[in-house]
Amino acid sequence: MTEIAAREASPPTVPAPALPAGKKKASWKESRLVSPSLLVIVLFLWEALVHLLGIPAIVLPPPSAVLVSLWDGIASGLFLPHFLVTVTEILSGFALGGGIGIILGILIGQSAFLERVIYPYVVAFQTVPKVAIAPIIVVWFGYGLSSKIIITATIAFFPVLANTIVGLQSVPREQLDMLRACTASNWQIFRMARLPQALPFIFVGLDIAIVLSVIGAIVGEFVGARAGLGYLILQKNFTFDMAGVFAILIILSLIGVGLHFCVMFVQRRVLFWADSNKNRITGA
Amino acid sequence: MGALSQAPATESSPLVRISHLEKLYPTRDNGNVHALSDIQLSIPDGAFVTIVGPSGCGKSTLLKILAGILDRSSGTVEIAGRNLEGPSKELGVVFQAPVLLPWRTVLANVLVPAEIQGLDPAQSRERARDLLSMVGLSGFENKYPGELSGGMQQRVGICRALINEPAFLLMDEPFGALDAMTRETMNLELLRIWQEKRTTVLLVTHSIPEAVFLADKVVVMTPRPGRIAEVIDIDLPRPRTLPMFNTPEFGRHVDAIRRHFNSGGALD
Repeated sequence: MTEIAAREASPPTVPAPALPAGKKKASWKESRLVSPSLLVIVLFLWEALVHLLGIPAIVLPPPSAVLVSLWDGIASGLFLPHFLVTVTEILSGFALGGGIGIILGILIGQSAFLERVIYPYVVAFQTVPKVAIAPIIVVWFGYGLSSKIIITATIAFFPVLANTIVGLQSVPREQLDMLRACTASNWQIFRMARLPQALPFIFVGLDIAIVLSVIGAIVGEFVGARAGLGYLILQKNFTFDMAGVFAILIILSLIGVGLHFCVMFVQRRVLFWADSNKNRITGA
Repeated sequence: MGALSQAPATESSPLVRISHLEKLYPTRDNGNVHALSDIQLSIPDGAFVTIVGPSGCGKSTLLKILAGILDRSSGTVEIAGRNLEGPSKELGVVFQAPVLLPWRTVLANVLVPAEIQGLDPAQSRERARDLLSMVGLSGFENKYPGELSGGMQQRVGICRALINEPAFLLMDEPFGALDAMTRETMNLELLRIWQEKRTTVLLVTHSIPEAVFLADKVVVMTPRPGRIAEVIDIDLPRPRTLPMFNTPEFGRHVDAIRRHFNSGGALD
């Protein structure tokens, strides 16, 4: 779901002017129609199959039941407190993990020495499945928000870290030569070229991290929690309320998509120069 | 290193003095590439000197060494009587590509060296505006590089190199990426700037006519190892104009240089 959203959100790479509104534009419009109609068709088939084959609702609820359950959960106010808990965990964990990722990435990206010394351990830590250490973190930090935030942060930080390091090293040689010829210090080079050059990479990392943060929060709640949408999924599962489980899955997807778009929005504001090639003036 | 000979650069003494300069690049198989061999060159204060040569003759290497961003293997380089030890605030460098920072406006790009060197911000801004208007970019101060054409970007690069009022301007094939007509315009513009600013210029090019057209002295370099084959004084009158390209004197200089590159007088 998020992948489809990502594809839709990225603007068409075809330069807008120059081309007469011909084939390309039409196909772009068509693809905007195809994606939602595909969803409608799948939902319709799903509904029909459940009824035709007589699949019990505790195995696979029909979409209509899911929608009813979704509406009930929202209207009764059942979802709201859990929604707020989970969103708090996601955002706090994302901020913590992203922050650590950027800071550690800057430290590692600044020196080849630190990269050799620290990075192997970071990669080793990354290879440990976070689901496996989640119970330990719950033991250490309790059933409350903090353990979920920390679990989320451990999942969110790595893509930000890796992309920050790559981004800081992506400065073109010519820019470094130019700045050094102007007698720039390392700090000035960092501030004037390395950091701005790394920003597009950092945003790629943040975009991955925000989606992973949703997973992190739910994993944390599965391991041990007293509130949150993940906790609610487990409860619904125990009572065989499959329609309720699916309804919460929809909410989680919407949270993921919504946060992804928030990151994209900020990215476009910050990286304003990335698509300024559009209004290029031709000629000398 | 580090000892400054305090001889002031008078009109008689050259601004740049290069002697026995050597540059070896280590290769993977523990050998060396002899990029520059026994370079001897002095550049008078206020002169316009061009270096011409085929690819691989070390002309860009020489420029990078003078810019202080590449170490030399041996030999001495003095600029304004001081031993060259690294990047200098008295230098301006124009690169082959404009190398502008895309997240900075045109004005902010021109101001990069001024910011780095801690020059007075208000004065620098005013100077940047003057420079931009001198190269015909008034009104573009708040545009971003991505909105400019290649020729405009290169002019911004020239303004940036001039913002700290350098005594010595280094240019590494600055117009190589431009089309022939833009290039001629830029050549004329550069001569005008040089005449106005009276800064010493060393320009690297692989175009023999361009080298002759711009220069007081053309340094002819040949490759493997990169060495100076000849230094030719160009006595064409100034200001130079485009019709001079067709004069016999101009052709004579071009031919004299071309002879170095055609072993045994073979065709171009």
